[in-house]
Amino acid sequence: MRHFGPVLLFLYLLGLGGKASAQNTPLLSGGVAFVTNTTGGNTTYIPLIQPLAAVPLGDHLLVESRAGLLELFTPSSSGYQHSHFTALTYLQGDYIATRHLTVVGGSFLLPFGTYNERLTPVWIGNFQDESLAEPIGQMGTGVGLGGQVRGSIFSDAHSSFSYAAWFSARSGNLQFNSERSSGGRASVYLPGQRLELGASYGRLLQGSHENFGGAHLWWQTKDAGFRLRSETMRGEHAYGYWFEADYRPIRDGSGQVSFVRRFEPLLRMQQTFRIDNAASDGVPARNTQRADFGLDYNLPHNARILTSYSRQFSPGGDVNVWETGIVYRFLLPAWKGR
Amino acid sequence: MMNSRRIIFSAVLCATLARCEFLSAAQNDSPQNDNQSAMRTSNQHDKPSRTAGADSSREEGERVFAVHCARCHNAPESFSPRIAGTITRHMRVRANLSPDEERAVLEFFNP
Repeated sequence: MRHFGPVLLFLYLLGLGGKASAQNTPLLSGGVAFVTNTTGGNTTYIPLIQPLAAVPLGDHLLVESRAGLLELFTPSSSGYQHSHFTALTYLQGDYIATRHLTVVGGSFLLPFGTYNERLTPVWIGNFQDESLAEPIGQMGTGVGLGGQVRGSIFSDAHSSFSYAAWFSARSGNLQFNSERSSGGRASVYLPGQRLELGASYGRLLQGSHENFGGAHLWWQTKDAGFRLRSETMRGEHAYGYWFEADYRPIRDGSGQVSFVRRFEPLLRMQQTFRIDNAASDGVPARNTQRADFGLDYNLPHNARILTSYSRQFSPGGDVNVWETGIVYRFLLPAWKGR
Repeated sequence: MMNSRRIIFSAVLCATLARCEFLSAAQNDSPQNDNQSAMRTSNQHDKPSRTAGADSSREEGERVFAVHCARCHNAPESFSPRIAGTITRHMRVRANLSPDEERAVLEFFNP
């Protein structure tokens, strides 16, 4: 029953949101996907749902939550075995206090680097799996339980500067598992160049009291669909980087997207380096390099087909990784209205 | 066994692709159902009496969407105008938009 507590709370908030104004109806969004991963000849099948709900309350408050429900079909000696996984990804309240300050409370995605907050939704990420170095700085779960302040310090046509800082308590709760930690991220964005530069810092405040640092650079062309995303992160036991380039379909003058323009070629390169194996942090135990080549297809009606081939090099053995998937994104009001 | 599953999965993907292309073509042939993008949906609701200031605000919203929101994700093809405010508030928090940028994006979504 306790697993349904957060769900019941959220449904109650959905009810409160019913008194919202015409454009502020609570929404249900998310992605439904079926993905496969073939690593070293073993194929795993994963049907999954990532629902997201957002409920505005009044003029300054927003409650939002995302969950993940998936079934994992993995090969075994007797065929396939399956296991399921259901969890809240985050459940947070956002209070817009001033022009430059938003206070976030609850269970939230850690604003360390860019991947965790921006690219983990299944309907957004170009590749199905996260980068090998992503666990660095994510404090084990990628989620904090506590408070966060964030906002835009200034923003004009030439530049903008934004920040986020968090403090998280330790929690062993099944739905809100987190480590005691603090940290933050600052980034500057230059609209003219479409260039974003940022840095992140995090400190684990329990156990080994480890420090983490990171930096990111994102760039996109002004009149074409080319995007470059890159990130590097360092901890006391491992460090690494990834960069990803993709070419998005661009609408022609009529607003339509042709068959060819719906293809989205991708490239990602990544490396992780081990300093020692004193911590079990989710990063490969040996130095690893990996190249990912992908080709996504953006179907009409908010659906995407994701395909990729990766070659991973490691002293423990080189492997091929094949991934395919289809993702449908939904976005609708929580209830019917006029 | 594994090959047959891959073949079945590939067939399902191809069928889905063909189905969606068919639906898209049918939708494009019907001007009454033409809501291919949030931007186009908004444009269809333009009123003749729109002022130059409002147009400018919407253009600013389009610019803000392109530089802040599209950095991470493609625009959804369409959504109900009743959730435009909720989406922009979510984006204000997630993308650290300023209040002016939030208003501009809302104007762009739902003028």
